[in-house]
Amino acid sequence: MTQRIHDPHAIDGKITAPDEHFDMVVVGAGPAGLSAALEAARTGQRVLLVDEHPVSALDVGSDVPLWFGGRATAAVQSPARLVEQLVESEPMIAQCFEAGVDVRLGTSAWGLYRNRENCSALPCPMLGLADAERAWTVGFDRLVLATGARDLALAFPGWDQPGVMGALAFHMLVARYDAFSGRRLVVLGSGDLALEAALLAHARGLDVAALVEVRDAPQGDAALVARIVEAGIPVLTGCGVTMATGGADGVEAIIVAPLGDGEARTIACDTIVMAIDSVPAIELAEVAGAVVTTDPSRGGAVVGEGEVLPGIAVIGAATGGTGSFDRMTYRADWLRALIAMSPATTIVCQCEEVTRADLLRVQPPRYLARPERLGCRSLATLLDDGPPDPEQVKRLTRAGMGLCQGRRCREQVSLLLALAADLPPAKAPRGNWRAPVRPVPLGILADWQERADMAQGWDVWFGIPTQWIPYRDIGTEAETRHREALGGNMHL
Amino acid sequence: MRTGYDVIVIGAGVTGLSTAWWLAREGISVLVLDKGVVGAEASSRNGGGASHYQSPLFAEEQRLWPQMDELLGYPTEFRPERVIMAVTEKQLGHYLYIGEMCNAMGWRVDPLDAQQVRAMVPIAGDNCLGGIHLRFGGHANPQRTVQAYAWALQDHGGRIVQHCPVTAIEAPGGRARAVVTPQGRFECDALVVAAGPQIAGLLAPLGIDVPLAAARAEMIVTEPLPLMQLGGVDGNGLYGRQTLRGNLAFGGGPHEWIDTRAEGPGARPSTPLLRGLARRVAELFPRAAHCRVIRSWAGIVENTPDGRPILDRLDNVVIATMSGVGFGLSPATGHALRDLVVEETCTFTDLSKLALARFDAVAPDWREIKGWIAESSAG
Repeated sequence: MTQRIHDPHAIDGKITAPDEHFDMVVVGAGPAGLSAALEAARTGQRVLLVDEHPVSALDVGSDVPLWFGGRATAAVQSPARLVEQLVESEPMIAQCFEAGVDVRLGTSAWGLYRNRENCSALPCPMLGLADAERAWTVGFDRLVLATGARDLALAFPGWDQPGVMGALAFHMLVARYDAFSGRRLVVLGSGDLALEAALLAHARGLDVAALVEVRDAPQGDAALVARIVEAGIPVLTGCGVTMATGGADGVEAIIVAPLGDGEARTIACDTIVMAIDSVPAIELAEVAGAVVTTDPSRGGAVVGEGEVLPGIAVIGAATGGTGSFDRMTYRADWLRALIAMSPATTIVCQCEEVTRADLLRVQPPRYLARPERLGCRSLATLLDDGPPDPEQVKRLTRAGMGLCQGRRCREQVSLLLALAADLPPAKAPRGNWRAPVRPVPLGILADWQERADMAQGWDVWFGIPTQWIPYRDIGTEAETRHREALGGNMHL
Repeated sequence: MRTGYDVIVIGAGVTGLSTAWWLAREGISVLVLDKGVVGAEASSRNGGGASHYQSPLFAEEQRLWPQMDELLGYPTEFRPERVIMAVTEKQLGHYLYIGEMCNAMGWRVDPLDAQQVRAMVPIAGDNCLGGIHLRFGGHANPQRTVQAYAWALQDHGGRIVQHCPVTAIEAPGGRARAVVTPQGRFECDALVVAAGPQIAGLLAPLGIDVPLAAARAEMIVTEPLPLMQLGGVDGNGLYGRQTLRGNLAFGGGPHEWIDTRAEGPGARPSTPLLRGLARRVAELFPRAAHCRVIRSWAGIVENTPDGRPILDRLDNVVIATMSGVGFGLSPATGHALRDLVVEETCTFTDLSKLALARFDAVAPDWREIKGWIAESSAG
């Protein structure tokens, strides 16, 4: 039998073991995550509960993880105050503290790793965490992903200015951070999400100018609709958005127009809350290798419910819920209306400034000149080569490749590709998530305590001594000389 | 669909696409088949470097890169030159040795002191000890370049069929006549096999033994920063560049050997190695340590036992693997492989040391001997 020699430049065994280990780790201190943590702690387990809120002012400004839309007050500059605010606004957090749960707020989960096909390098499954100071990993017997949902964004002219935001971010800033700076809102959508956002605003003394709905009737629960009517908030059905206008401080008005004939109207407001839908937050499960399927009634791309991977469960809003409403068709109705009412030059990806026309014509970003021949290329010519490939379109146009990690554009890019390829919304091709699923600074993410064999075995490429020998020197005395001088690390 | 072609290329990676483009631009009918989409594997997942002075194709590569946007008709984002920075004395000695070696070959390298590096690389820090300035080489955008090859060859009448894995090669008497795919049988006068890790499995039934081991390698990318005067800056155990958009994109560090499947890798997971990469980028560019990492990814690359390419022709079958160093050399590789197909020999450089026959004596269990096997199958 041949003696196996270990390749010193292979990854095997070099990844640092987790810094901590818990019986159970829960990501997300919403109702589902808090309940799971509390229940486990009461049975005597060692439980860690992390939640990224309050996120840093920098993340708020980057619309991570929610679409804050530049409507946070300066309170987000004071993390200590926000922590107090969060604890006060959710009594179960205090119960978790009392039950012995290790609760860490302001701690984000950016990666989830486990051995699987083409990866056997890890000592055990591990979750990557970071706070304002450092990054580290934790091991677990059981992991509960109660990561909730994130905002859905659809583009219209003027959506890329302060004051246009998501319903979940609105709820977070108003109900949890107490740090919302708007006064007068228009809410887009009329499902439960929109109705609840409007009612929250109304209850907090904010002025809700209107709800806008592209369909012919309000879409949400009748009792909620009745409360909206009672509050005197108009629901403008059969209407879409022409544009948002504004100035230096962002939105000042929205122009709403009926889908058919009729006059457009301008409604003064400082905030537009997009509450058409929310999206299950499946990032961590996906990067760990969970199978992603599309379920229109659960809000699109989902990974399932309960144990989705060995020892890893998804609970709460992250599962996409159990409704029967076809959320993707509803999104598509909205998108079609917005497309019909806006020019093709409307920006779709804010980070990379990609317009709808550029996306569908697969044109390169603005920093490149566009040679004549590119004019003959489009999504249509790519479709001649095969079904639409979101990764390919992303690489060519850069849509979704920016700092917000595609949070503000991935669903609409996916739907636009589906519409262009004549695919039903449920078949919309989607781009995948990559770790880190939150933007983390280099100096924070860095492993400053890596294993000695990681440093010793580190090579720029494969550490194959013969790979970089100049061709003319192969098999000569010079090859021997180079190898002696440089060892395996020949490559620059 | 037409079923007969002068040349069939298996593999729409950067090597296969460049070859097909070289063939198509002189009117040869060419069909490119791929199990997935164009440039989906290592060809679009690499660092975009184009400074591989060790290769016999390098001079031709250097001649071609500045012309590629014009020749292809689509942007590649090629930019010339590179700075390699040291943050340890060992690295500095190493880089200076490489510089002297390149100068001796006629490729100009200027040594830089720390101050000169900091003048060229504003995000370098006090820990920089100096470096070298390659007055050759450069970098391009791999993702844009693979698509440029694909479009350019289509513009010349070449055909690409995606999601079309080759399941068998018909080669009576060792001469390739046709390939079999789920979308039908396609005949050819010559065959180019440029299918990366899958080459070995495709050619084994023909009695051609191509020793290859596949591995997974990882990269990270940050949010954009203001553009530096030179995007091609690396060192400290990293390869990579600042993209024209401004992102820092870097890879390096240990790889993981994996098993190869005929249908290609089912998953390309990344690992917490991104923390080791982040650390080295932060050490290389201390003044960019606040910059946020927004993605990491892994790619699958194949290596030969000596890490050098196999560029060879057996009867009418041309075999092409670049052994993990294919992107930057691709303009010249396509030219060389076009020559092997049409002229039966490379017209502009010697490739004799890259022949398959050099591995005739390799042990059947060479992967085990080198330790180049998947941990999961190591037993």
